[in-house]
Amino acid sequence: MEDGLGSVQRVLVLGATSDIAAATLHRLVRERTRSIVLASRDPDRLEQLTHDLREAGATEVERVRFDAVDYTSHEHLVERVWAAGDIDLVLVTFGVLGDQAAAERDPVRAVEIAGVNYLGAVSVISAVAERLRDQGHGVIVGLSSVAGERVRRSNFLYGSSKAGFDTFLQGLGESLAGTGVRVLVVRPGYVHTKMTAGLTPAALAVTPDVVAEAIVRGVAEGRDLIWVPPALRWVMVVLRHLPKPVFRKLPI
Amino acid sequence: MPEPSTLLTGWGRTAPSAARVTTPTTLAQVDAAFEKVGPRGVVARGLGRSYGDAAQNAGGDVLDCTQLAGLCSLDHATATVRAEGGASLDQLLRVLVPEGFFVPVTPGTRFVTVGGALAADIHGKNHHVEGSFANHVDRFTLRTPTGALEVTPASDAELFWGTAGALGLTGVVTEATFRLVPIETSRMLVDTERIDDLDTLMTTMVESDQRYRYSVAWIDCLASGSSLGRSVLTRGDHAPLDALPARLREHPRAFAPTARLTAPAWVPNGLLNRLTIRAFNEFWFRRAPRHRLGHLESIPSFFHPLDGVRDWNRLYGPRGFVQYQYAVPDAATITVRQTLERLSGAGCPSFLAVLKRFGPGNPGPLSFPIAGWTLALDIPAAMPGLSRLLDELDRLVVEAGGRVYLAKDSRLAPELVPQMYPDLDRLCALRERVDPSHVMQSDLARRLALR
Repeated sequence: MEDGLGSVQRVLVLGATSDIAAATLHRLVRERTRSIVLASRDPDRLEQLTHDLREAGATEVERVRFDAVDYTSHEHLVERVWAAGDIDLVLVTFGVLGDQAAAERDPVRAVEIAGVNYLGAVSVISAVAERLRDQGHGVIVGLSSVAGERVRRSNFLYGSSKAGFDTFLQGLGESLAGTGVRVLVVRPGYVHTKMTAGLTPAALAVTPDVVAEAIVRGVAEGRDLIWVPPALRWVMVVLRHLPKPVFRKLPI
Repeated sequence: MPEPSTLLTGWGRTAPSAARVTTPTTLAQVDAAFEKVGPRGVVARGLGRSYGDAAQNAGGDVLDCTQLAGLCSLDHATATVRAEGGASLDQLLRVLVPEGFFVPVTPGTRFVTVGGALAADIHGKNHHVEGSFANHVDRFTLRTPTGALEVTPASDAELFWGTAGALGLTGVVTEATFRLVPIETSRMLVDTERIDDLDTLMTTMVESDQRYRYSVAWIDCLASGSSLGRSVLTRGDHAPLDALPARLREHPRAFAPTARLTAPAWVPNGLLNRLTIRAFNEFWFRRAPRHRLGHLESIPSFFHPLDGVRDWNRLYGPRGFVQYQYAVPDAATITVRQTLERLSGAGCPSFLAVLKRFGPGNPGPLSFPIAGWTLALDIPAAMPGLSRLLDELDRLVVEAGGRVYLAKDSRLAPELVPQMYPDLDRLCALRERVDPSHVMQSDLARRLALR
């Protein structure tokens, strides 16, 4: 159960190889979190994280295989996870950046990005939301991106999938009002992670731990949308309203 | 099965969860609720004055028992009353006081039900001499998933004491018979002292609390250094008829309290902060007389001052607040000092904390009071670092052989419960007997892993 100060006890992570997921879990384990289900396409890569979380005080860490584009498997996965008890917090951190240049010339690769980031998320989160609604409590935290706020030439395939993801979560949050279930949309800017390794860091870049801290605080405060860092919100207000010819010339 | 559609919180307004709330008006409907219960079980709820999640059941059923609120009978000869579980102390006092009786135990609010009083095994300002609520109960009716039972300490001691303080996890208390205190007037005769530091306060309480039926100290937690523990100690008893001035003697037991104020419907987080609370505490301390003996006060102003402000819990803003209350043995006076030092050091914005002496506890495995000291404080949930601060206090409390009051809890670490309540396994065994299929459930039971 969530407690009166916003700590959670049992957590499901969809996309557990994410650096932001690992940082968030370490923070949660310092509070009341003792039981964790790590879901990933590649559970074998989670051995180190499992070990670290146990060292840090988690008593149950389970690894399960989760393939975002195997939509028909999601219902079964969720059923299995819930068989062992309530989940207080679902952290949705899976996603692919994709190779924009290649995908622009290859429809199959373009659809792959949308299939993971948007359709996969819609599918698995819908299954998760149903369980949370039945249990009458819980929080879904979805890792969106500022890339979905105003899409850029350089990564619009990724950006458009995150835009869909973001609006889906916002709508879901509205539909869950009064059910005891909350949705928190997290919009980080540039984060130094495995996914962004090799890219040129943008302004206001942060580490996964900064995002993790913002997530844990956002959950405790009952927020529904946060920007990391918070200043990005105002940066995006400006960028969103820039005329296209100006926006195009920006070095971003 | 219909969706859980009512959001519930405790009085602290933290951690809302959704449940299917039904309001039985007959006992048959209570029994029927057990029969159609879903996989997430059921728990009874009264007036929602538990601060935390004791009367919430996410995704399951909650029985609002406030319509099972009859006063069944009052026996003047034996000074006992029989009332339904949903009857409130407010309702009972309005009948009992004019008849010359007072409830054996009252908490800081009249708006608790009889069933809730037993389920939390509530205590009041008289615990040091008269014990907690269950100590005054002759019998009660408990509706369990395996049937309705008439319970007395002689008929089934395990179930009687097991229900006291078990927060509804043994069943639904639908009726109770308990002993009353005869009174001559509806006034209190009160001695008030302003005390400048903690040592003087604790010594005074140890030396002379036994002379009073009611005793409690309000401490300013923001005071530090040599003022640490500065406080207002109020002690008293029911006023006899001859203590009343002539103008009050005509209706000596008049009792019709009203709420004069209502908190606004919406208040921002942070209205109650370190500055406003410091100012209030200062005012409260200065306003108290240095030493005043034999002052007459009304029952509401002596016992239930906050009932004068309807919905005062909203003053903490949307994030709500937690109440932290612990009890430690007599020998652990140092724990009280350490806690106040930590709170004051952290600048914890708590309204007047309450310090009181407890008399001996009772056999209830989850009954909170143990002989010694109890300290209670309200803290805004939005206070930064609160979680860690309270975890540290928990450690001090456990080391001292004490415990936290579960009826008020919303954040305790589950692994500490068996250390604080060493007889917890007796409650588990009892629940296996009266509720083998685990129908009685609550958010608190899930959070603290009470099986």
